[in-house]
Amino acid sequence: MYVAAKGGEKAIRNAHKLLAKRRRGNKNLPSVTLEQIASQLSLAVDRVMAEGSLYDTHLAALAIKQARGDLIEAIFLIRAFRTTLPRFGASQPLDTGDMLVRRRVSATFKDLPGGQLLGPTFDYTHRLLDTSLATADQAGEVDDQANAAPALSDAADAASKMPRVTDLIGAEGLIEASPVDAGGEPFDITRAPVSFPVDRATRLQTLARGDEGYLLALGYSTQRGYARSHPFVGEIRFGDVEVILDVPELGFPVSIGEVQVTECQMVNQFKGSAAEPPQFTRGYGLVFGQCERKAMSMALVERALRWQELGEEPGAPAQDEEFVLSHCDNVQATGFVEHLKLPHYVDFQAELDLVRRMRAEASGKPAADEMKEAAE
Amino acid sequence: MSGMPEISYNFAYLDEQTKRMIRRAILKAIAIPGYQVPFAAREMPMPYGWGTGGVQVTAAVLGPDDVLKVIDQGADDTTNAVAIRGFFEKTAGVATTTATTQASIIQTRHRIPETALAENQILVYQVPIPEPLRFLEPRETETRQLHALAEYGLMHVKLYEDIARHGHIATTYAYPVEVAGRYVMDPSPIPKFDNPKMDDCPALQLFGAGREKRIYAIPPYTTVRSLDFEDHPFKVQRFAKPCALCAATGVYLDEVILDDKGGRMFVCSDTDHCNTRQAQGHRGEMAAPAGEAA
Repeated sequence: MYVAAKGGEKAIRNAHKLLAKRRRGNKNLPSVTLEQIASQLSLAVDRVMAEGSLYDTHLAALAIKQARGDLIEAIFLIRAFRTTLPRFGASQPLDTGDMLVRRRVSATFKDLPGGQLLGPTFDYTHRLLDTSLATADQAGEVDDQANAAPALSDAADAASKMPRVTDLIGAEGLIEASPVDAGGEPFDITRAPVSFPVDRATRLQTLARGDEGYLLALGYSTQRGYARSHPFVGEIRFGDVEVILDVPELGFPVSIGEVQVTECQMVNQFKGSAAEPPQFTRGYGLVFGQCERKAMSMALVERALRWQELGEEPGAPAQDEEFVLSHCDNVQATGFVEHLKLPHYVDFQAELDLVRRMRAEASGKPAADEMKEAAE
Repeated sequence: MSGMPEISYNFAYLDEQTKRMIRRAILKAIAIPGYQVPFAAREMPMPYGWGTGGVQVTAAVLGPDDVLKVIDQGADDTTNAVAIRGFFEKTAGVATTTATTQASIIQTRHRIPETALAENQILVYQVPIPEPLRFLEPRETETRQLHALAEYGLMHVKLYEDIARHGHIATTYAYPVEVAGRYVMDPSPIPKFDNPKMDDCPALQLFGAGREKRIYAIPPYTTVRSLDFEDHPFKVQRFAKPCALCAATGVYLDEVILDDKGGRMFVCSDTDHCNTRQAQGHRGEMAAPAGEAA
């Protein structure tokens, strides 16, 4: 006698209970607070906001806690929440030239108006484990003076504004102009299905919420000869920018808040023709929060995807628009890869039968008769 | 830091504007049987590849009076079916059932119920890859053009090559069909055993692919033909033995491995069909005697 396995419902409930227990960890230790996550794991929070496409440090911290530190799972939680929010409109384009700059480096000029500002960076640290951080006391902590953000009065001072490197060389016509804002609302990949080929706004949006690791690998591939574009980091800047929204009911633009973003302007291989003198070209990257790895990778990939417009030879993976853009979303990718663990026994049964039948035919013996095919 | 926002969800999770958008796509899909209509699939609170397309279609057509059934691999109690059914119980508060005949909407993954469907029913399929030509041509820009031109030579060559190489058409599930004499369509990964049930079906059949952002449909009483050749007509799997629990024949069976010595049994993949038959007193060779069933 055989009784078919049942109880999916109960099993799921118990699994979720166990998950909650594992998430909490050792109950003798205090539960980690959202404030702790937001302030001490801020780069994880930044990544979740960037790839979750939702700027809210508190919710991102909650998602990280709920996901037990699994950032793709946290991104998924944020996306599933974000999708339920109403859309009020599109802001004016961010003016990154007006940024309250916390970090700004250029690899193309030794010095430039506004200077080089290292800010909070891992660059030039020696990657030696700092055991003083292992204790919960005050060791290794720096005084608040050094940690403080630039005073707001600086930001208000127009003299402290840093012109973008691309604007500086653009003034001489040495780099292609940034495409002008066509006006109107840009295509929104979260509200309409994408069809190929895509426009610039769609390409940038897709890359901006794309997986950091995926873009890193593709960007890296362009440096190793697969769609080489001779990149220079014209500038990377990280800081706070105002988000300004035109409110039709009011008749004037209002600032609805500030977001932190990292922007990378890559200056690439020049191009010229009989009609046009040579100019450098651009690759552009913009990411919520502080994430230079992602912003730089995005700029490399963005530039590689422009091969057609710039009359370059195709053929490298990073240049393939459908390939790059269709596979860069980690929530889509993880869902579809992991769906393979769902039951597939109906389909597998069909394959099993076919393979058994073909093996039997190959060996010349009659097929075992569990299953056979018959005309309708 | 700001406080937590109040979070509340609409009936069946999706907001009404999104449902309207999906309904428009569904209407277009019904008007052009078998054609894949792009739609602005939303991010859902379950993973892509786990039924987000089907869930969105169900959410868009679901009303408070509907009775919902959810199956995965033909079974009501597989974990993903349980999770999706629970989702709609929670977000829409609709009645649910496991009885095929009681349901007004049936969401399915990988099977069509054995019990024939009726005119007042909607069958919603979860679709992973909606494009039947995808594995022959990976580019969407190309495949859309092939559909527009009804250029399906690639698919016939593939089926022919199967026969030349294996002596059989080696596609056993997601077997391509031609709908209403025009579009070649992926029936989702149902075993080809189920393909004939799509033809001239009284129920409305809707297909949702969330990750790929496509919806397509087969209106009631539409001709659905599985692709084949004159000298290699379409055939479905037949099982030599009846279901070990309910003794049904002419149904799709799952193989269950009983021990490590090659012992195995075959039971209905459609659990409702099997349970109904057992309740009617049908007994297979491994079933518990009447009155003792768990």
